[in-house]
Amino acid sequence: MGRINRDQLNEIKSRGENIIDIRLGKAPVDGEKHLMVGGGTACHASRSEPVRDAIRGEIEKKGLSKICKVIETGNDAFSTLAPVMVVYPEGVYYVHLTPDDVDDIVSQHLIDGKLVERLLYKDPVNNKPIPRMMDIPYFSNQTLITLRNLTLIDPENIDDAIARDAYQGAAKALMDITAEEIINQVKVSGIRGRGGAGFPTGMKWGFAARAEGDIKYVLCNADEGDPGAFMDRSVLEADPHAVLEGMIIAAKAINAHQGYIYCRAEYPLAIKRLKIAIEQARRYGLLGKDILGSGFDFDLEIYQGAGAFVCGEETALMISIEGKRGMPRPRPPFPAHEGLWKKPTVLNNVETLANIPQIILNGGQWYAAIGTEKSKGTKVFALAGKVNNSGLVEVPMGMPLKDIVYKIGGGIPEDKRLKAVQIGGPSGGCIPSDLLDTVTDYEAITCTGAIMGSGGMVIMDEDNCMVDIARFFMEFCQEESCGKCTPCREGTKRMLEIVTKITEGRGEIDDIATLEELAEMVKDSSLCGLGQTAPNPVLSTIRHFRDEYEAHIKDKRCPAGVCKALIIYIIDEEKCPGCGKCKRVCPVEAITGEKKVPHTIDPEKCIRCGVCIASCKFDAIGVV
Amino acid sequence: MKKITLKMWKEIDGIIQRHKEKSGALIPVLEECQSVCGYLPMEVQERISKGLNIPGSTIYGVVTFYSFFTMTPKGRHIIKICLGTACYVRGGKPNLESIQDEFGVETGGTTGDLRFSLDSVRCIGACGMAPAMVVDDDTYAQISKQNIMKILDGYK
Repeated sequence: MGRINRDQLNEIKSRGENIIDIRLGKAPVDGEKHLMVGGGTACHASRSEPVRDAIRGEIEKKGLSKICKVIETGNDAFSTLAPVMVVYPEGVYYVHLTPDDVDDIVSQHLIDGKLVERLLYKDPVNNKPIPRMMDIPYFSNQTLITLRNLTLIDPENIDDAIARDAYQGAAKALMDITAEEIINQVKVSGIRGRGGAGFPTGMKWGFAARAEGDIKYVLCNADEGDPGAFMDRSVLEADPHAVLEGMIIAAKAINAHQGYIYCRAEYPLAIKRLKIAIEQARRYGLLGKDILGSGFDFDLEIYQGAGAFVCGEETALMISIEGKRGMPRPRPPFPAHEGLWKKPTVLNNVETLANIPQIILNGGQWYAAIGTEKSKGTKVFALAGKVNNSGLVEVPMGMPLKDIVYKIGGGIPEDKRLKAVQIGGPSGGCIPSDLLDTVTDYEAITCTGAIMGSGGMVIMDEDNCMVDIARFFMEFCQEESCGKCTPCREGTKRMLEIVTKITEGRGEIDDIATLEELAEMVKDSSLCGLGQTAPNPVLSTIRHFRDEYEAHIKDKRCPAGVCKALIIYIIDEEKCPGCGKCKRVCPVEAITGEKKVPHTIDPEKCIRCGVCIASCKFDAIGVV
Repeated sequence: MKKITLKMWKEIDGIIQRHKEKSGALIPVLEECQSVCGYLPMEVQERISKGLNIPGSTIYGVVTFYSFFTMTPKGRHIIKICLGTACYVRGGKPNLESIQDEFGVETGGTTGDLRFSLDSVRCIGACGMAPAMVVDDDTYAQISKQNIMKILDGYK
């Protein structure tokens, strides 16, 4: 089908609704089945494609292709379980699949109607299988708006997206309401920028709409650079049309006709799916001239980033699109007045834009009903680190951190003790375990010394050294500092030197005060968000884990047993049977001992590489 | 040093021609030229400078600013060890060191036989699979000192 008008859009939608009903569990269980194989980057990495092909082949072989459809989604939210597959309409969730499992799924589940129990998700606490996806606490405790289509559509098929209301919000924005009303609804919704700074989106649009200028731009920031955050990638891989639609609505709001998606080169699958989505949208006339016959023109291009963290900063991103070194510039003028090519520009993050169509469709009030007083709607977090269930989680604003870690995340592996929740990426901070009642709200998180950021959430347990973590983030910011302004370029360097010195056991007691002083200076005087937030990890760890810094400095001891210069490996004589395994694997021949006699480690030779610990079956090697 | 062949020069000229009229063309041109040549030596930068009418110093500035661009040829296989937060806390760094020791190559360097280039990267978004390694286009989950060498054996 070529260009479509609004009636045809609605026709495609109603035609597709029967298909979607199967996936929403509204169809009879003995009819058509849809097997939704996860196909995001994490799934592909876990070899989901051979599973997909094998199941297609087996269905074909058994003559089931008429009633069983295999569809690849962009779902990799629950990434530790990949490759995964959801069988609809039952909603049964199979995990850790290999091509060898395909026979059982087809013969037992599809033909005999019996679940393949060994492939079901098992509760990490009691090991009981939970067959239905929506009964798994990881999913049942989430509220899906941004990620609503994760397991429901084929991201490379625009008709699937349309059946799930894609472009309905755009149609309303282009034909039923004015630009002022769009901005008003976005303001009423209370949504704030999901990229990190949390600036109210409606206000941003209002500034750009009022700015003088015949040419304006809408940009999408898909330069997701925070280590630990991958929600934007997932949205682009699973539901790219939501982002395109958000951009069309933003364009109408500020009267722009050209857009760019700035996507990092490290996301090839996201770029591929975006390109497909753009091409399909153009064919339907949902991008280009006279969209849906509304008379409004808007088109967009993908711009591939070239690997610079600082380009996630708005002015740097625009300068990078202009083909220059992506270094931030002072504001004002703000991009709403002078942005890309010095024209009024709106820049929004992927997650923000993906929420916009639903806000326009359901009204700002609907969105504002979710969340806290000042933080509305939902937020997607990328839960990772020392937690049983890692992956993307979308929760209403206002959920306590402990519910995310324990109810959704399933707690800490191996019964270890949670030490801190690192939130906000390298600009963020560590929230200690005694503040786990903190709720996900921009202001509440800022109070703890962390920031909401783009939503990276890394769980740390007793085996993580907080000084080492601070050093890691400091190193990241120092390396990514573009070098334009002195406080960030020099300040982060000096801070990194001091933190490194402390982890190497050469710290002096004045170092903590020096770090704090430097940190305040870098925060206050850096040009852009990178420098202004770079000291956060150091400041928040000093604030909440000062005792660990002091242990490193005064006692020359690393309580978590991480900092190599401050620890020794020692073999427990009572546990070591003298099997000789550690002796064989030690790369520096630091371990000696006769067979069947407890071995010893020479601390002078030992490089603390950890190979012996990994090889010991008797748990006989300790770190002190 | 890997030579720029006649065919590559022709492709480079084609890329320049295609983007010539667009504003902000430099970075896409560099990206495409690097995918043709594998790297961006001075002579290629000079060609782009003349073709796009942009000073060589500006081009050099852009090439050295972005980590995606390289002025030295890369190996046949690119190993990327993820040192994002999740991979770091789960042991990404010792994995990196074991590759450095095995092949005698620094991070950012290439082995003498041009078999491997080794890089550490920021988060690749596979945190649930930490620690992760990417070799060319293949991502490997939960790598360890024990399985790294076996994986790399498959890349000659």
